[in-house]
Amino acid sequence: MSSITGGLADTKQTAASPIRSSLWRQAFRRLRKNKLAMAGLAFIVFMFLVCFFGPLFSPYANNKINPAIMNQAPSFKHWLGTDLLGRDVLTRLLQAGRISLTVGIASMIISVIIGSILGAVAAYYRGIVDQIIMRIADLLLTIPSLPILFILGALLSEWKVPVEYRMYIVMLMLSFVGWPGLARLVRSQMLTIREREYMQAAIVLGLNDRRKLFNHMIPNIVPLLIVISTLSIGGAILSESVLSFFGLGVMPPTPTWGNMIDAANNLIDFEQHPWLWIPPGVAIFTTVIAINIFGDGLRDVLDPKQKK
Amino acid sequence: MKNNVIEIDHLSTYFYTEEGAVKAVNDVSLRIREGETVCIVGESGCGKSVTAMSIMGLVEEPSGKVVDGRIHFEGRDLLRIDKHELRQIRGNDIAMIFQEPMSSLNPVLTIGMQVMEPLMEHQKLSKKEARKRAIELVELVGISRPEQIVDSYPHELSGGMLQRIMIAIAISCNPKLLIADEPTTALDVTIQAQILDMLRQIKEESNTSILLITHDLGVVAEIADYVIVMYSGKIVEEGDVVELFEHPLHPYTQGLLRSKPIIGQRQDELYSIPGQVPNPLELKESCYFYDRCEHCMSICRTQQPVLHSRAGRQKVACWLYEEGVSHG
Amino acid sequence: MSTYLMRRLMYMILILLGASLLIFLLYAMMPGDFVTNNFKLPAERKAELREIYGLNKPVLERYMNWMNNAFHGNFGFSLSQQKPVLTLFNDYIWNSFLLAITSTFFTWLLAVVIGVVAAYKQYSWFDTMVMIFIFAAMSIPSFFIGLFLIKIMAVDLKWLPPGGMLVTGSNATGMEYIKEVVHHMFLPVVVMTLLGVGSLTRYFRSNMLDVIRQDFIRTARAKGMKERVVLYRHALRNAMLPAITLIGFELPGLFGGSLIIEKIFNWPGIGQLYMQSFTVRDYPLLMGFTMFIAILTVIGTLISDILYHVADPRVKL
Repeated sequence: MSSITGGLADTKQTAASPIRSSLWRQAFRRLRKNKLAMAGLAFIVFMFLVCFFGPLFSPYANNKINPAIMNQAPSFKHWLGTDLLGRDVLTRLLQAGRISLTVGIASMIISVIIGSILGAVAAYYRGIVDQIIMRIADLLLTIPSLPILFILGALLSEWKVPVEYRMYIVMLMLSFVGWPGLARLVRSQMLTIREREYMQAAIVLGLNDRRKLFNHMIPNIVPLLIVISTLSIGGAILSESVLSFFGLGVMPPTPTWGNMIDAANNLIDFEQHPWLWIPPGVAIFTTVIAINIFGDGLRDVLDPKQKK
Repeated sequence: MKNNVIEIDHLSTYFYTEEGAVKAVNDVSLRIREGETVCIVGESGCGKSVTAMSIMGLVEEPSGKVVDGRIHFEGRDLLRIDKHELRQIRGNDIAMIFQEPMSSLNPVLTIGMQVMEPLMEHQKLSKKEARKRAIELVELVGISRPEQIVDSYPHELSGGMLQRIMIAIAISCNPKLLIADEPTTALDVTIQAQILDMLRQIKEESNTSILLITHDLGVVAEIADYVIVMYSGKIVEEGDVVELFEHPLHPYTQGLLRSKPIIGQRQDELYSIPGQVPNPLELKESCYFYDRCEHCMSICRTQQPVLHSRAGRQKVACWLYEEGVSHG
Repeated sequence: MSTYLMRRLMYMILILLGASLLIFLLYAMMPGDFVTNNFKLPAERKAELREIYGLNKPVLERYMNWMNNAFHGNFGFSLSQQKPVLTLFNDYIWNSFLLAITSTFFTWLLAVVIGVVAAYKQYSWFDTMVMIFIFAAMSIPSFFIGLFLIKIMAVDLKWLPPGGMLVTGSNATGMEYIKEVVHHMFLPVVVMTLLGVGSLTRYFRSNMLDVIRQDFIRTARAKGMKERVVLYRHALRNAMLPAITLIGFELPGLFGGSLIIEKIFNWPGIGQLYMQSFTVRDYPLLMGFTMFIAILTVIGTLISDILYHVADPRVKL
């Protein structure tokens, strides 16, 4: 019996997929027409390429400490100058970009997974499950996230977490404060879909739970999830930079854009060696703006509610 | 012979979509005489509402645009006067009633305020005078307790009452032309009749011309003096209501009339015109109705018929009635 | 109305109780405290102080104590400043409020005006510029833009002071005092406005776009209303309506200060106080602050709800 329904589901899937894929194709065609969004995407791709492959071509990738050339201003040899240990700032900036981008994306993935699963479960089962999940989410949304992050960051330091693991824990911390909002969004979206006519029709048709969930509800929130995920990468990169700037996130020697700006906490570096902290700030700003513009372009083509 | 209140010549309004231009109104000409009720009938998407919006100058730019034509009204061409002048005509000399009374009134302003607005704007009444007049108007459209009603908000009234309010707003400045875009579609049947009665009463008492847009032939039969049938942005047939109902010429009009149930005659299946309205993006040089037409000829597929006069005021755009066309 | 409010209030209290427990546990988890972290004190003195402050009691008992005091309006005693937490809040909060209210005012003003005009001229070059500006404002790392502006305006150009609220050792009074404060406020207010204006402008723009497409706007135009009247009387009122809920959400920001901005600009506000206390692990103050913001958040949400019901004639409690 189960094999029969399975087979039926499969034929349904193949029958529906051309329509679905053409909807996606239509969305991508419209996205390609959005010049601003495409520029954003191009910049994101560029940033990834230079951060992940750029250091391979840098003669200074070994981060060798060289007191002879410390704190040099930008020159042809060192495009963005050198830091107080004589390391090449540009190379470090790209290496930091790897970490910052990775932390941003990883924490987005974790919080989207937690948030959408919990949100979907809450919306689907309603009742007590919904109550428990949403009350926890409410609770976490009530407490300001920055102090929570600070405390967690301080805990890491007190517990002497090895520096190389900190970046993974920072990802988890950011997901911890990121999921409640996502769960709430997914839940409300699912509840709206439940009330739509086609869902009512699916119920009248007597489709089983799994079919309802996988053929009707999940596909309908995927576009929203893609949009939210993209936009939340930007937020995660910003949060990571704040934490690292205050010395509570990822710590040196692992470079991130945030902890590179930490140089500005030193009065002399702040006033006299701006090449140490301005480039990482500009890198954060440009990357996040590109992500936000691209995410907004995605929203225009994927989220029909926001379509103009 | 009565004077024409408004003369529309060769009006064309296009909408520009990602897939291409849609000719929503395609070379439409019509006249409305003083005190006459003209109905435009057609299926949804045939351009009847866009015609009304073009007259009012309310076509959404930049997606839509009136690309050609003239609209003569009191010696002026509404398409060529400036915005300021047009604004003084709207709501004053030409007023409009819309399909959805529920959403056509502003939810956060009182009924009174919304009735008073055109009075203060066009008739330059003071706030006090406007309020007095608003109460009279609300009473005129048959709503009891007008003093309380003017201080209530739209959500506190029923759809039928709101449409009466819309009518009160529309007639507040004694317009020469009243455009009603599907004014009864969203309402219950009993309310529909009351609203139609009210429109007829307005026409008789103040000699207002009415342009009524509808897809309901019952409404047409009840109120129209003159009927215009539109299909895919073009007029396919027009004529006095009696002529047209008794001798429909265009196969589309015939189809429309056949698909209307007749009281006293039970049919097992109601007639419906086969096929679907053509995609507005894929219109070619042909009669737009050819693939649904039971009299389709070879010329219908390659050339567009022109609207020509027949008996009386009746006009039709169909190759069946053209001389020298081989039938069959 | 009253049952609804009662239910809301009950839920508020429950959420706050949950929040207080969570906050307490988070801070209790942090190893080290104000006394142990102080290297100057000899071991016996530390033990003595821990006894006095009740730091050696079990966590649960400490929590009960804390809550008990909180219900009596006592949020504890700051160990580093040797003052009651509430007194300290009162000392610093108004400085924070000054910054927040000024920047909130400019944020809303700019957002409404720019948002409405951009929506009205959708797809125009102005609208495109606004969209780019919105994305830029939403993508700025707050601490970086603060540092950057200090470097340019204060360090390099010397037009504005680099931080603080008054010139060090200043004893200006009257107009002089006001002038000095405004001078020092300028940069932080610019940064805070910049940080908030992006999303709010976008909010008003999209609200306005939704409203402009509504049937009743068409009706207003069909009545021959002036475009100005259509825009401000008919459209803006409807677009502002959902924005009223935001007023409540501004509450924590208005009184809670800004950790990052106050720290960067060395502004003597409650956020800066928090950051100082954080380094010395002054728990009563840290917990009090976090709890304070949680309370503001909950009250703000309630106010938003009530305001929305008051403002919209369609919704009845």
